[in-house]
Amino acid sequence: MGDTIVDIWVYLAASPLLALTMTLLAFELSQRLWKRIGRPALLNPVLVTVVLIAAVLIATGTPYETYFEGAQFIHFLLGPATVCLAIPLYRQFERVKANALAIAISLVMGSATGILGAIGAALVMGLDSVSVLSIAPKSVTAPVAMGITEKLGGLPSLTAVFVIMTGIIGAALGPLVLDSLRVRTAPARGYALGTGAHGIGTAQALQDSEVAGAFAGLAMGLNALATALLAPIIVAMLL
Amino acid sequence: MLAALTAVFLCQLAGETLVVAAGLPIPGPVFGMVILFVFFVVNGGIPASIATIGDGLLGHLSILFVPAGVGILQHGARLEAEGLQIGATLIASTVLTIGVTGLVMRLLGRSEAKDEASGNG
Repeated sequence: MGDTIVDIWVYLAASPLLALTMTLLAFELSQRLWKRIGRPALLNPVLVTVVLIAAVLIATGTPYETYFEGAQFIHFLLGPATVCLAIPLYRQFERVKANALAIAISLVMGSATGILGAIGAALVMGLDSVSVLSIAPKSVTAPVAMGITEKLGGLPSLTAVFVIMTGIIGAALGPLVLDSLRVRTAPARGYALGTGAHGIGTAQALQDSEVAGAFAGLAMGLNALATALLAPIIVAMLL
Repeated sequence: MLAALTAVFLCQLAGETLVVAAGLPIPGPVFGMVILFVFFVVNGGIPASIATIGDGLLGHLSILFVPAGVGILQHGARLEAEGLQIGATLIASTVLTIGVTGLVMRLLGRSEAKDEASGNG
């Protein structure tokens, strides 16, 4: 009986179906739970889903690579979703133009703060040099951040994890930070979430309003560009 | 529907190709976003089918980060060694980045509320 279950698991684990179903099911459960208990910041559905899936993989001894072979089809959609951020951007373009100066200055300030803050805090905390280099671009969307880390000499796969954790932290704490600083307009809140917490921050902003989502998507794209340019310069100066 | 999905994929493919060919430091999909945006401007609007696909994808954006997030399993040893410090670093720098960006936007940004206020004053 036990052997049969293991056999079935091994058979299913070889096809994308299991990883895809597991991801969708865990996320659906996390999101329902999250909505039912009043959307608490610390139980972000992405975080809960990652923990659930990680627990199942550890319990069954399934390697991450096996899971990702199936789950990559969900991962792949990040690209087309990023392209589609042109939609809220186009719809809100009048507002974006009206805020052009603020956007330009916030971009430089936000990008520099992201890099300096990450390196500075990492040095204060005494992280080892690979971690410091891998954490520098952590506010930027995963594929770009991994490319930046590669150029800096860090570990791209570690950066991917830092990026996701940053997104979860930003989506969870960002709204509270913005409330306490009395940042109330949708463009400012969206732009800050997209700059500090890339796509996960953008997902959070999209839930608030389309205006916030458009500014978050714009910030995510611009910050990817700015950080790609600034990170090598800042790292060369500091490290 | 299929045409819209093809258009989105084409934008991404063109973006990836141009970025690699020109050696630009931006991600292909972000360049693809710019291409799609230019298409909307030239077209004078967003075709309904692309809007349907885009709103569907963006409405579920956060689940797309799950597979990469589970990659945390590959770094167990490092997280055991410096997990707390990493957590503190990420929290401090992310809060700082969002705070600074939000404040700069608040101080410099125009808003509907401000427009009304200046209109009254």
